[in-house]
Amino acid sequence: MATIEKSFDAGLHSEQLSGRTQEIFFSAEEDENFVYPYNAFEVDSSKKTEFDAQSLDSSDINLKIRELMKEGYGHIVVQNPSAKHSIGVGILNRLQLDFEGSLGYFGCGLVDGPNIRISGRVGWSFAENMMAGTIIVEKNAGSTFGAAIRGGDLVCKGDVGSRTGIDMKGGTIIVGGRTGTLSGFMMQRGRMIILGDAGPNLGDSMYDGTIFVGGKIESLGVDAVAGEITELEANWIERKLALYGMKAPNGAANLQKIVAGKQLWNYDNLEPTEKKIVL
Amino acid sequence: MCGIAGIIRRGSPGNIGEEMTSMLQSLKHRGPDSTGFAVYGVPEKNQFVMRFKVAEQEDLNSGFDIHQQIIDRRAVVDSRLEEMGAEIISKDTVTEYAFRYTFRKEGGLRRLADYIEDVEGAEILSLGSALELVKDLGDAGVVSGQYNLGKFNGTHAVGHTRMATESDVDIRSAHPYWAYPFNDVAVVHNGQLTNYWNWRRTLEHRGHRFMSNCDSELIAVYLADKMDSGVELETAMKDSLDELDGVFTYVVATSDRLGMAKDLMAAKPMVLYESDDFVALASEEVAIRSIFPHEIDTFDPYEGEVRVWQL
Repeated sequence: MATIEKSFDAGLHSEQLSGRTQEIFFSAEEDENFVYPYNAFEVDSSKKTEFDAQSLDSSDINLKIRELMKEGYGHIVVQNPSAKHSIGVGILNRLQLDFEGSLGYFGCGLVDGPNIRISGRVGWSFAENMMAGTIIVEKNAGSTFGAAIRGGDLVCKGDVGSRTGIDMKGGTIIVGGRTGTLSGFMMQRGRMIILGDAGPNLGDSMYDGTIFVGGKIESLGVDAVAGEITELEANWIERKLALYGMKAPNGAANLQKIVAGKQLWNYDNLEPTEKKIVL
Repeated sequence: MCGIAGIIRRGSPGNIGEEMTSMLQSLKHRGPDSTGFAVYGVPEKNQFVMRFKVAEQEDLNSGFDIHQQIIDRRAVVDSRLEEMGAEIISKDTVTEYAFRYTFRKEGGLRRLADYIEDVEGAEILSLGSALELVKDLGDAGVVSGQYNLGKFNGTHAVGHTRMATESDVDIRSAHPYWAYPFNDVAVVHNGQLTNYWNWRRTLEHRGHRFMSNCDSELIAVYLADKMDSGVELETAMKDSLDELDGVFTYVVATSDRLGMAKDLMAAKPMVLYESDDFVALASEEVAIRSIFPHEIDTFDPYEGEVRVWQL
């Protein structure tokens, strides 16, 4: 209960949520609530392997990753992904997955639990519906980055395209550079930290959640309003950024905070942790 | 959906025919209906290149006595070129219905272009000193092979793989579009224009001609109209973001420039790679990777962005 009060004190939500909420899921102790699916593979994080994806198509790459997890590999390195589409998707497992190169569209969607690092760039609709885990993109990302994610940390160290975090339902998105138009559109939960500039219509029609921006905001969308960053939030942001070797250019306390300006009444029955167990 | 691509070599000319073929083949899944290339060679002084066709590919299966008609139509084109004072240097028969001529001519080309397009079934695909435009049904490998583009040496190119959504599957509706009657201007587009008919009526009233009902053709004619009134390419492209409604990303090329524009919603994709002597852009990064297999940095242009590169 103390955690819940703390998150409200930190201003992590712009309104009092009713019913069973995701407060605990979003808290600093979120790992405690994480459950892998019943049929997840038993993998050993010290068991490492790599393969070259140059001559493989997308489904072959995904099957290869699955086979290696089945064999118990907990650390897989994929060489030459060559911007192919829809790879690294649907991984519901504990796994360290490194892509040495760039990914195309719809990469790493529907993942639940793995830690993924991409040394290059990623295309449109990256990490859609991510449930949990950590994904770090070292360079730039295309549009619709982190659409509808429900949990985990999704990090892009470069610039991202438009509609970042659209329909976001939880978790944290961190952008090292700038983001394009309509970022946070219909955002419902979670937090987005943009260290560079934000394009037009930021947070348009957002229900809830919080957006922090370090640079210039071109314009706010409908229903998005400026909030006041608290010390607790600034500390949390600093800790979060430090995890990924990042820093707010003028200090976390100077980030602009954007929240929903209108309270909606009928969207608050999500419980992803429980859903996950049932599924 | 459609796939679009562009490349410009700012250093020295190279085999852009092969490079664009490779890029478009990688985008085949975005549009299987037709493929088109606008490739820019190294211009020869006082010499023009004209690509034209006198029938559609599907006419060969359905047209009555079509094979003789093609011969007759081409003969009329030849006589009209001579009548207009063109000194023909070479004549290549690329397919049964598509041809490539080079010629010298003093003065403007608009009357000549109008006169040739007046021949039944004739359409000039491109006319200029550097531009050569080919488009046909089939994927990039098929079209490139058919029109011998694999060894085309040049400076820049744009290309398109088409998924027909709002007009027919035929050569007329395939991209790129030449900005008739302006030499060396070609456009490829991915998206939909929602005020197409308003603008088409406006431009037709100003004397421009449309060969298809494809909304992409409007962008070429729109830019041509702007440039005709003295507006710079980049300014015309910026104007298009305000005046054309819909979701779109397009690429335009002139004799010495390559440009791209993205609408204010940024709803259509574009990935860019830029170095000191090379710029490549495409709907998907996989197309750029097909010519740069080594690790490179790419990025997405933002909403409302217009960029123009010069040779």
